[in-house]
Amino acid sequence: MAECSFGLIGKGYVILASDSTAARSIVKMKENEDKIKALGPNLIMATGGEPGDTIQFAEYVERNLRLYHIRHNHTLRPSSAAAWIRRTLADSLRSRNPYSVNLILGGYDHTTSTPNLYWIDYLGTMVDIPFAAHGYGAYFALSTLDRFHDPEATLEEGLETLKKCIREVEKRLIVSLGKFKVKIIDRNGMREIEL
Amino acid sequence: MARRYDSRTTIFSPEGRLYQIEYAMEAISHAGTVLGVLATDGVVLAAEKKVTGKLLDLSVAKEGGYGGSGEKIFLLNTNVIAGVAGLTADANSLINYARSAAQRHLFSYNEDIPVEQLAQRLCDLKQGYTQFGGLRPFGVSLLYAGWDPHYQFQLYHSDPSGNYSGWKATCIGANNGTAQSLLKQEYKETVSLEDAIGLVLRTMSKTMDSTSLSSEKLEFATLTVDPETKRPVAKIYRPTEVDALLAKHGLAKAEDPESNQMQSRDGLLVTR
Repeated sequence: MAECSFGLIGKGYVILASDSTAARSIVKMKENEDKIKALGPNLIMATGGEPGDTIQFAEYVERNLRLYHIRHNHTLRPSSAAAWIRRTLADSLRSRNPYSVNLILGGYDHTTSTPNLYWIDYLGTMVDIPFAAHGYGAYFALSTLDRFHDPEATLEEGLETLKKCIREVEKRLIVSLGKFKVKIIDRNGMREIEL
Repeated sequence: MARRYDSRTTIFSPEGRLYQIEYAMEAISHAGTVLGVLATDGVVLAAEKKVTGKLLDLSVAKEGGYGGSGEKIFLLNTNVIAGVAGLTADANSLINYARSAAQRHLFSYNEDIPVEQLAQRLCDLKQGYTQFGGLRPFGVSLLYAGWDPHYQFQLYHSDPSGNYSGWKATCIGANNGTAQSLLKQEYKETVSLEDAIGLVLRTMSKTMDSTSLSSEKLEFATLTVDPETKRPVAKIYRPTEVDALLAKHGLAKAEDPESNQMQSRDGLLVTR
């Protein structure tokens, strides 16, 4: 509830950011929860939604992608991993107990040397887009990104745009979300940074 | 002596052999040759057709069709073609399975199945038939020629045991020993597609049973990548294209002199 995540693409990189609050009802349990799971050396996924489902699904995806890597000696490209993840969510929707998880998937495709970003919701809707957001914060961040996003921006410029989004959410969302965890993927792999 | 252990595939002989699999490979050694060569910019497959004759209706083959000319070389997916040697009916069953496997992968991952994975799927199926079920193995060997973004151009060979391996140049079916040694001598890793085509045609002409090459006895295919779209292109040559290719490489069947002669009534030969 009130979880917020963003993703944006720049020149040769993709940034994912997620709030780090773990809360239940009126109680804030933790302030440094990592909601962005590493699915491989070139793929990360920010999850949000039903508590429990989020971790269960993220781990399920991570283990299956890892199995693929071990069996076939190469990792799935971000586009193929996204297709598999989306298919899994869509199948789950048509089962007795669907996963209620929203995702943002960011990765670097080494076969085409381009960054990829996917927005997936719990229904299995998927779009391949230059910037994305989930949660209440999306209502504010998407307008900011519409105005300031540049797909050819350098990493510094991209991070500045991200900071604008976070400031906007801090200012306008009634709930305080605290610090955001930020992860970047480029051709050198994944790293986490402090804003 | 061996007879007692060869009636069911699921049994080892005392010497540790699986006779049914060996017998399957024996069947394949009588089948039409299939040759594959890996070049830097493509893969070439050629095959000798055994089912020919005047009464054969090849009208479908002449127009091409989605799956190719239909006896030896088949399209498995946009990025993989296969040449088969052995029992035709078994081959058709495996081709169908391979095509389904390729589409299942596309369904789950929205990408063309990597070539090695397709070979593995078929091999897993073939291996199953050697271990349980009590059914005979598939009497087919396949050569897979394909491209994927992970490992680029590849050539694989699989046999009835369910074993497979990657090759730079290889041959299955009749006279494969001769062809293999010819390839060993002449093959170079830096070979271009054009030169590979020449190498394949020359090797085929030396190992095939018939006296000369023509589209009647030869099936030919290439797997390349379109330089603009960067996507794989599978081309299974139509009979007219095969003849044109043979003519270009100087291997076309010479005009049979006797068919051009007419006998006149007084017994003197008249050339047309």
